[in-house]
Order: sequence, then structure tokens, then C-alpha cells
Amino acid sequence: MAFDIEEWYKEVNNGDVVLSHYGAITANAITLMLNDIEQGLYDRNEKSKLRKKVYNVMVEALQNLFHHADLPPQNVINKFGEKFATFVLKKEGENNYSFISGNFIRKDRVKFIKDRIDQINHLSPDELKILYKLILNNNEFSDKGGGGLGLVDIAKRTGHEYHYMFHNYTDEFYFFCLKITIST
Amino acid sequence: METLSLQGSPKTPTVEMNAETGVIEIKGRSIPENSIDFYRPVVDWLDKYSENPANETIVNIQLEYFNTSSSKCILDVFKKLETVYKKNGEKGVVINWYYEEDDEDMLEAGEDYQSILKIPFKMIELEE
Repeated sequence: MAFDIEEWYKEVNNGDVVLSHYGAITANAITLMLNDIEQGLYDRNEKSKLRKKVYNVMVEALQNLFHHADLPPQNVINKFGEKFATFVLKKEGENNYSFISGNFIRKDRVKFIKDRIDQINHLSPDELKILYKLILNNNEFSDKGGGGLGLVDIAKRTGHEYHYMFHNYTDEFYFFCLKITIST
Repeated sequence: METLSLQGSPKTPTVEMNAETGVIEIKGRSIPENSIDFYRPVVDWLDKYSENPANETIVNIQLEYFNTSSSKCILDVFKKLETVYKKNGEKGVVINWYYEEDDEDMLEAGEDYQSILKIPFKMIELEE
């Protein structure tokens, strides 16, 4: 049976939610979302150090979704268009936020993404810093304009491991759920 | 050579580059989805500037946020300045990297650039 995305979203979209989203994602929508997130962090009287860290991670995470989510299955395109993503940003405790996102990934890309995240999860802070500088200085941009640095940058800033799952959706697609923890 | 002035927006920084005074400033947020387009005129301007730079080039970078896509373009900006530095020597280029007092990530970002490049950076803490 296909993974029930709506049910999953209902489950994660609770608690002290700063912002949640289920549907199309566009560059303009990201601008508005980032405004809402910044306001939400001010409303919760977060210290500037945590506020900046959360905001910075959100810029990368949302732009990652925009640039790197695969074209979804046709039934999803019919409903939401070609860029579909879900996410929830919530406060989990004192100085601690979680960002949980979900998007479609083609079956043939699952291994690549899994290997990349596993590699990042295994690196020490010093190793992450070395990898970050290596990618920064390699003069390459991906065809999507990103620098391939997003996930490394987030891991370096947060100091937390990524938690993730690939749920089978159809023969061709998996639904990729990623959790990022941000704390100071 | 004409001054390059780009007005800031919620996703792009304010840029002021004056060839006569040799003062180059990039301030604000740099989080565009496609930073290559935004930084192209900046890098092109520096290309021309490096042919005949001022005796002293003072670079003020004061960013509140920047995304990883911008980070590569900012490195390109610094690499152009490295050419000027090689031409004008030690006193020829001063890079002032500003960061807010509790923003360790921004300080670290400056240090990362410094370690990649051969130009000295001056880290300047801003009180909130």
C-alpha cells in the first residue's frame, strides 16, 4: 500500500508549530514562509543566536526542497503542480527546534541521497568543516544553481545528525522524510 | 570606471563599489534562489577593477545571513580581490568581515574564507 502522506503530515503537524506547509512550493512562497518563520521566532522571544541559527537552516532547507525535490507522481502534479513539498517547523523544548520535511524522490535517486546523508552523519565537526571548505572551493555549481553544499552546511551549523526515512509510494517513487534538529 | 550600486532587497544585499575611492561594500542578506545571476555584475565589475585598482581597496562585508549558493559567489568575489592583492601587495587590500557578537556561525564563515584565500581578513565584532 502506498505511504499515506496526509496521515503522516497530520501526525507531525502538532505541538508548538511555527509554520507548516502541505502543497506547492515556489520561490515567492519561500520568501513569505521565511518572513513568517522569522516573525514566529520573534514572537517566541528567542535569543538572537538561536533565532539566527534556525533562520539560516530554514533558508537552506526550504531552498533544498525547492531545488532538489523530484517531480512528483502524476496524481500529485494534477493536484499541486510540479513542485510539491510538506514541512513542519516546531519548537520541541527550551532552545530546541525541529524541522520535518517530506518530498518525493525517484526510486533511482534513493541510494545516492541515502549514501550522502549517511556520509554526512558519520563525519565529526572537524571533518564536516573540511568537507564544507572542499565543496565551497571546487568551482562547481549543480545544474540547479545550488552548490551541493546545503546538507553539509546544515549539519555543520546544527551539530546534529539527520534522521530520515524513505517510504515506498509507488513502483517509481519514494516519499522522503527528513528531520533536522536545531538547538543552541 | 563607474560605481556599481545595487539596492538591497529581502533576499539580496546592498552593494556599493566605488573604483575611485576603492571602497567596496556588501551589506544585508544574501539568500537568493539563484545567486549566480545576482553576483554576475559584481564579479564582472571586479574583473575590470582589478586591471587598474585604487592604491588601497577597502572591502566591508557585513552580512546578516547568506545561503550556500551565495557562499560560492562570495568566494568568487574574494578570488577577484586576491588578484588585486597580488598586484598591490599587503597594504593594497583590506577585508573587514563584520559579525554580530553572538553570531559564531558568521565569524566561522569569515574564518573559513580566510583559510581558503591568501588575503588577510580583519574580523570585526559588532555589538548588538
